[in-house]
Amino acid sequence: MSLKDKLLSSYIAIEDHLEDDSPLHELRNKAIKSFEIKGFPTKKEESWKYTSLNSLLKKDYSIFPKQKDVIEFKDVRRYFLHDIDTYKIVFIDGVYSSFLSETTHDQLDVCLLSSALSKPKYKPVIEAYFNKVAKEDSLTSLNTAFAKEGAYINIPKHKEVEKPIEIINFSTGNEAAVMLQPRNLIVVGENAHVQIIERHQSLSENAVLTNSVTEIFCEKRAFVDYYKIQNDNASASIIDNTYVSQECESNCNVHTFSFGGNLTRNNLNFYQYGEHCDSTLKGITILENKQHVDHNTLVHHIAPNCESHQDYKGIFGDASTGVFNGRVLVEKDAQKTDAFQQNNNILIDDKATINAKPQLEIFADDVKCSHGCTIGQFDEDALFYLRSRGIAKKEAQALMMYAFANTVIESVKIPELKARINKLIANKIGVSLGFDV
Amino acid sequence: MLHIKDLHASVEDKDILKGVNLDVKPGEVHAIMGPNGSGKSTLASVISGKEEFEITKGEISFEGEDISELDPEERAHKGVFLSFQYPIEIPGVSVTNFIKTAINENRKAKGQEDMPASEMLKLIKEKADMLEIDRKFLSRSLNEGFSGGEKKRNEIFQMAMLEPKLAILDETDSGLDIDALKIVANGVNKLKNKDNAVILITHYQRLLDYIVPDFVHVLMDGKIVKSGPKELAYELEEKGYDWIKEEVKA
Repeated sequence: MSLKDKLLSSYIAIEDHLEDDSPLHELRNKAIKSFEIKGFPTKKEESWKYTSLNSLLKKDYSIFPKQKDVIEFKDVRRYFLHDIDTYKIVFIDGVYSSFLSETTHDQLDVCLLSSALSKPKYKPVIEAYFNKVAKEDSLTSLNTAFAKEGAYINIPKHKEVEKPIEIINFSTGNEAAVMLQPRNLIVVGENAHVQIIERHQSLSENAVLTNSVTEIFCEKRAFVDYYKIQNDNASASIIDNTYVSQECESNCNVHTFSFGGNLTRNNLNFYQYGEHCDSTLKGITILENKQHVDHNTLVHHIAPNCESHQDYKGIFGDASTGVFNGRVLVEKDAQKTDAFQQNNNILIDDKATINAKPQLEIFADDVKCSHGCTIGQFDEDALFYLRSRGIAKKEAQALMMYAFANTVIESVKIPELKARINKLIANKIGVSLGFDV
Repeated sequence: MLHIKDLHASVEDKDILKGVNLDVKPGEVHAIMGPNGSGKSTLASVISGKEEFEITKGEISFEGEDISELDPEERAHKGVFLSFQYPIEIPGVSVTNFIKTAINENRKAKGQEDMPASEMLKLIKEKADMLEIDRKFLSRSLNEGFSGGEKKRNEIFQMAMLEPKLAILDETDSGLDIDALKIVANGVNKLKNKDNAVILITHYQRLLDYIVPDFVHVLMDGKIVKSGPKELAYELEEKGYDWIKEEVKA
């Protein structure tokens, strides 16, 4: 049975047990139909031209993994920002772990989507926001059909959340192959501020395929800082579908650090519905072996007087492959848009590949849009300069990588996270430098 | 200290150095002059170990050891320093972090511990003051947006920090106004002692008014064709290089 067929029949099996009210149930029915018609994306689709899911779809995934004993905090401590106090929403094989989590309902809601979907008091929020910015592409629809669990974060207006929120999805490798479909809903009220870190971590070498959907709603003047840490095992793959809806004068920054994993596809979509929004999309990708990372971004400028800034840096070693497909769409009414996109890549080895494709579609006539894309090797003159000062080749290369990635690292606003990212980069390139950039 | 014998070097099969002989002893200052394209910068790069140049013949030894096969960093660890004609911009790495890394990498190569932070700071301040470098300058990205003069002063700052045995200054005077030239020259003179040596590569005699050479060599078409005392520099300034060409032919 193909994975598609397996999913369709699994849906029929669970449908009767869903404790949804009827609108949600209808939504799921519609979503699974949409997935049935569209199926998994193939390379024939323009936006999937360079990323094939074929090899991933051949595995026999468990859709509803069995539960394993709880994991000990000491075994997973290193995946948390353990040196500072944070809220934590932790899932193990798709199921909430109250033991590892630290949630709250005091002034703000940092809790579970499952309870938000089922409890009447959350109904108005769910009705107003759930699946309202997510689009009907096949993978998002698939997630919507099965969506049971994930993070539910609701920040009331004027609330400045004093500590970052970590969303961590562990998979234990309890079964040979597992498919997970977490669903996060984040609503940030007017003038509220929040920092969120999302991580997916496999704890074994068994295959994991994650198809996650995250919806982020930024109300008027909301300020959202979102960090995605993708440093998973070589047997773990993820398709991350993130949708950001922005009301006027809101500010949303998403940083994506892609260092690990087998196949990673980031569908990051921003919709600027209000005027004077600011959207920032930044990423550092450092790959080796046969890793594959595909950044597929969209900034949809719908309202006038908004800004968007994209800055993606990629360093590709061995036979790794990268894709950057950055689409900026400026509607006719989105006058005075200021859209900037930059994508720089370094290929360390001859077998490494990057496919970069900026797409600017501009229907307004008074806008400022710019994009720049570079693909190169290490600058030999710069390497010689550093080495002539006594810095060994490997360290000199590392220094140049840090320098190259610096414009992204420097905008990380949580110092402990910044230090962690620096360390991850240092580990990834196998050196330690005596300073933080 | 530095002994170069019949050195031939090429880049992409093009011969650039065609039999250079040069002996530099501790305490000496040598000036290498010559017209554009004569191979001056190539000689500097070959001594420092730039990989794009291939040594096809001859030898380079430093303190009695053949260094022609060593990596650039290994030569640096032995005490060879090159002040670049065109220092490279490295955005995102501050001058301070860069020099810290360089110092500690050199110490690591010698089996020493990292320099304690307080000592490093003191040293940086002392050397920056000597070269009249503004402290703010030290936290800027290496060479990024620096003026020509700032870049050259930064090169000498690195030299002051690393205290090499042999410093090769490749056109350090170009792009410097007279005040900056004096500061740089003064810095080099302060660093000079009986145990280290300097090779000045320059087009003009101007620098040699401030850093007085013991020997002046003329490099033409990949060879040192004439050597003499410091007065030779004045002669070159006055008469150009054509008379040497004639002399070589004769």
